[in-house]
Amino acid sequence: MATEEKLEIKKAGGPEALTHFIRGLWEENAIFRQMLGMCPVLAVTAQMKPALTMGVATTFVLVCSNTVVSLMRKLLTGHLRILMFTLTIATFVTIADLLLQAFLPEMSEKLGPYVPLIIVNCLIIGRAEACGSRKPVVTSFFDALGMGMGFTFGLLVLATVRELLADGSLFGAMVLPDAYVGQGFNWNVMKLPAGAFLTLGILLGLSNYFFRKK
Amino acid sequence: MTSETSLLVVFISMALINNLVLTKFLGICPYLGVSRRVDMAFGMGCAVTFVITISGTLTWMINNLVLQSIGMEYLKYIAFIMVIASMVQLVEMYVRKFFPPLYDSFGIFLPLITTNCAILGTCLFIDLWHLRFLQAIVASFAGGLGFTLVICIMGGIRENLEWADVPRALRGAGITLITAAIMTLAFMGFSGMIKG
Repeated sequence: MATEEKLEIKKAGGPEALTHFIRGLWEENAIFRQMLGMCPVLAVTAQMKPALTMGVATTFVLVCSNTVVSLMRKLLTGHLRILMFTLTIATFVTIADLLLQAFLPEMSEKLGPYVPLIIVNCLIIGRAEACGSRKPVVTSFFDALGMGMGFTFGLLVLATVRELLADGSLFGAMVLPDAYVGQGFNWNVMKLPAGAFLTLGILLGLSNYFFRKK
Repeated sequence: MTSETSLLVVFISMALINNLVLTKFLGICPYLGVSRRVDMAFGMGCAVTFVITISGTLTWMINNLVLQSIGMEYLKYIAFIMVIASMVQLVEMYVRKFFPPLYDSFGIFLPLITTNCAILGTCLFIDLWHLRFLQAIVASFAGGLGFTLVICIMGGIRENLEWADVPRALRGAGITLITAAIMTLAFMGFSGMIKG
């Protein structure tokens, strides 16, 4: 049993983990390809700072829960599996939420209920089901890391477009000339929910147009 | 303000002004996934409304009567998700027994109600806004109703979109999101209904 496990890890440590890691970054990007975890994508991308925080928090939960699920994978069977996934995820989300409240209280206030809502992010439970419960620990770890980073990248792309058009700034620092906001050329609608839907729709269209395999 | 009018205000604000889908971005997955036909959208809306109302009420009771009195609020999220998961299991068994065709057409989306952010989101917002018991019941029911309304309108629009000539890259999710953006603009008109 123990040697078997070791062999498996040795095999997985090489190329398999790497392919999984790279695949998550773009080829199977959570936002643009699989359309998973859309709620935070739309809700926290009005500015770049909350988007980055959200991406990092989600990556943390994703990596921890995928690793733990992978460690337990031989004990999980049948219907109870999904319940165990959810409980594992909820535990790590509670940890992430308490950490945010302690060290970044402003950001935690701003993100509000969207931090606990990471529990129901379909991306995380989807990875637990598709990868964590089947693959060895190392592969699951790198798969989760890749997926999480791909997700963060997607959040940042969306936030860049929205913050630039609405406030003329990036990460809170002005990059467009002051007149952009001062004389009211800025697109206030980009900060509002409507702007979120519009930006995501157009970005999805663009990514399909340029990258879809025929 | 009398208690009846305050309940009415909670109802209108949850169903229309702070619509879960369009302003809080909750429940986007079923909104994009199950809104292809009106009848399916309506079935989904009913299931979600039922689960939201029951779990909104139950989680209020667990949170306010049990967890807060023994000072274990940090278990909140875990307790909430357990209540929702068991409620969804109940609905799934009921639909499978009494409406088999509806059950088949939902496919994977029915068990996925558990991970529907609209439900957990409503429970969290009720906790965040410190609503009283009756207000919590009304708010969760209205939230579900608002979800049903929006997803049915979307189903109607998408049935007609099938005849439109949409650019290839935007077909599917792209055009649905852009439609949602325009719908959100329309719903912003409701925000003038309640002042002060």
